[in-house]
Amino acid sequence: MSSPEQWTHPEPDAAPAATGAKPTAEQVIAGLRATDEGGADLVQLLTPEGERVQHPDFDIDITAEELRGLYRDMVLIRRVDREANALQRKGQLGIWVPLLGQEAAQIGAGRAMRPTDMAFPSYREHGIAWTRGINPTELLGIFRGTDQGTWDPVEKRFHPYTIVIGNQVLNAAGYAMGQKFDGKVGDDEGEATMCFFGDGATSQGDVHEGFVWAAVYDAPLVFFCQNNQWAISEPTERQSRLPLYQRARGYGFPGIRVDGNDVLATLAVTKWALDECRHGNGPILIEAFTYRMDAHTTSDDPTRYRLSDELEMWKLKDPIERVKVYLVRQQWADQEFFAGVEAEADELGEELREFCTNMPDPPAERIFSNVYAEGNPNLDAQRDEFLDYVSGFAGGEH
Amino acid sequence: MAAPTMDRSTAAAPATPVQTLTISKALNMGLRAAMEANPKVIMMGEDIGKLGGVFRITDGLQKDFGEQRVLDTPLAESGIIGTAVGLAIRGYRPVCEIQFDGFIFPGFDQIVSQVAKLHYRTQGKIKMPIVIRVPFGGGIGAVEHHSESPESYFAHTAGLKVVSCSNPADAYWMIQQAIDCDDPVLFFEPKRRYYEKGEVDTTAKPGALFESRVLRPGTDATLVAYGPMVRTSLDAANAAAEDGTSLEVIDLRSLSPLDLGPVFESVRRTGRLVVVSEAPSESSIASEIAARVQQECFYSLQAPVLRVTGFDTPYPPSKLEEEFLPDLDRVLHAVDRSLAW
Repeated sequence: MSSPEQWTHPEPDAAPAATGAKPTAEQVIAGLRATDEGGADLVQLLTPEGERVQHPDFDIDITAEELRGLYRDMVLIRRVDREANALQRKGQLGIWVPLLGQEAAQIGAGRAMRPTDMAFPSYREHGIAWTRGINPTELLGIFRGTDQGTWDPVEKRFHPYTIVIGNQVLNAAGYAMGQKFDGKVGDDEGEATMCFFGDGATSQGDVHEGFVWAAVYDAPLVFFCQNNQWAISEPTERQSRLPLYQRARGYGFPGIRVDGNDVLATLAVTKWALDECRHGNGPILIEAFTYRMDAHTTSDDPTRYRLSDELEMWKLKDPIERVKVYLVRQQWADQEFFAGVEAEADELGEELREFCTNMPDPPAERIFSNVYAEGNPNLDAQRDEFLDYVSGFAGGEH
Repeated sequence: MAAPTMDRSTAAAPATPVQTLTISKALNMGLRAAMEANPKVIMMGEDIGKLGGVFRITDGLQKDFGEQRVLDTPLAESGIIGTAVGLAIRGYRPVCEIQFDGFIFPGFDQIVSQVAKLHYRTQGKIKMPIVIRVPFGGGIGAVEHHSESPESYFAHTAGLKVVSCSNPADAYWMIQQAIDCDDPVLFFEPKRRYYEKGEVDTTAKPGALFESRVLRPGTDATLVAYGPMVRTSLDAANAAAEDGTSLEVIDLRSLSPLDLGPVFESVRRTGRLVVVSEAPSESSIASEIAARVQQECFYSLQAPVLRVTGFDTPYPPSKLEEEFLPDLDRVLHAVDRSLAW
């Protein structure tokens, strides 16, 4: 009889175990396992210190211009995030979902996609939205309560934010099946789909079913799990015994853990995964090992459940700083470039503030609009009755 | 995909436009017609391919249309609905089979959170032309979870449309109309009536999908039913006629939106209404009808609206289902109470 030790913690040579594979007694007692190390399988191309390193399976040829572009993306989306967070504090947004710390995971994944690929986000994917050409102002209404996302998901190939944890994974699996049924898979011109979810979502049945569906239909789908270590207050250890990327093996497709704070590694791994999918070798699971540097949302208080030591440790792994160091060291960017990006960020922040504070409330009719594609006479009657009631107040006293 | 020259020997090729069919066969032919009319129509479900479904409603479809249009899916209802959402976004018109009523609940989250709300969330930029077929109701002597009537959950959910067929002609046409509809439609099939026969005219232009219909005119009281209880109500009306009581029978057909115009018109004439449904009565379709009728027909009512329904219990062990399910006698008993008010 095999011991549980054998199959939950495989031998290092067989399948190198990563973080959490063998917790220390102290970690077990504390209910925590080390989260700051990605383990031996972590794909990294740019260290936190800004050193370019080689990986036997993944590499990327990147030009100075491309890397400056990725840096700019990350700085701008971080500014969007901080600005929106501040707008919530000023009462202009009901809530905000910060992406702070996950810029490399999102920009790396987003920039790996082609315009013909499709993306299914969760609700923290502001960086992915940015790479799909969605103006950050279009995210604000969701959190201000004026709309539920205004972009055209078909034109942008970016599905609406999905708030029910894990639902979008099945929706993405279905879409990817459609790409395959349409004959859009099989060569370099093929299409692929990306699906974004977090470590917490991996416990959802829909994610399990999404893995099953994509696997049995060979769907061109990249499952992109941002393991930011925390599902509100619950550490990843509350979701899994096994490092998340290793789950893929049980479903019969590859799982790769990438340094989610390394934009180059994330870009390289995601490009590879998307190419595999468009050639018909999907699905693939990517676990982007990263950290949620801010609260779950503006309503959350992380000081109640995690230590500031952990945060300090992750600050040293900042996704933007390492690129800046590398750009400077390579002499790929000068002070003028960095100042230019800062100025652009200031401008973007101003645009967001201006837009947000001037957003009109939707009219009452909006309650009733587009519930159905083909209408509903009973609902129309209810709307008319309500609007008639409301019009009774027009110009008069309430 | 299906070979362009498919084997027509098993395909529907009616010699005459009017045929006598079972509800089961009419549904099968309706699905086939919808698949022939639109290559984007696909079937998804458990055991619907080679087996043709546990009730054989999709019999022969995979053979003729191929495995990419009739999908034997993994065994998970949330997966069936959730992937149908993605396929619909991609331009397909998925028709999902839920094997039995009591198994729809794992898919409930996807139905309520995504299927029902995506059109609203995107203000019309995404449509959800998905049909979810549900064999429903009891009377077949089955084990637990195989005899339920969950339609009220879905009628209660904005964004969904809910219909139920009661006869072969409606089965043939309504399933095609549901597939043509750009809104998601829950399609409840009266499983214990699958093998009842009736005439189907495959050339007759059908009326609108979301309309109720007077099946039998009458003057003394009105019976409203849907799905399997339509047959029960018609039988009750026949029996009542022998005693000289004239009952009007209305088949709702559409449970959401409710088309109550014909019901109001009828109640204004008869002054009495009995609603018949297998589902438990509390917060049900029957309750909604009672509420609306009292609002619209207050001065016409000669008696309170009565409901003859399943009881407010879980579906009982099958040896007790004859007592649980409304039958001819319980319907007539309610009619008598109404007339004696």
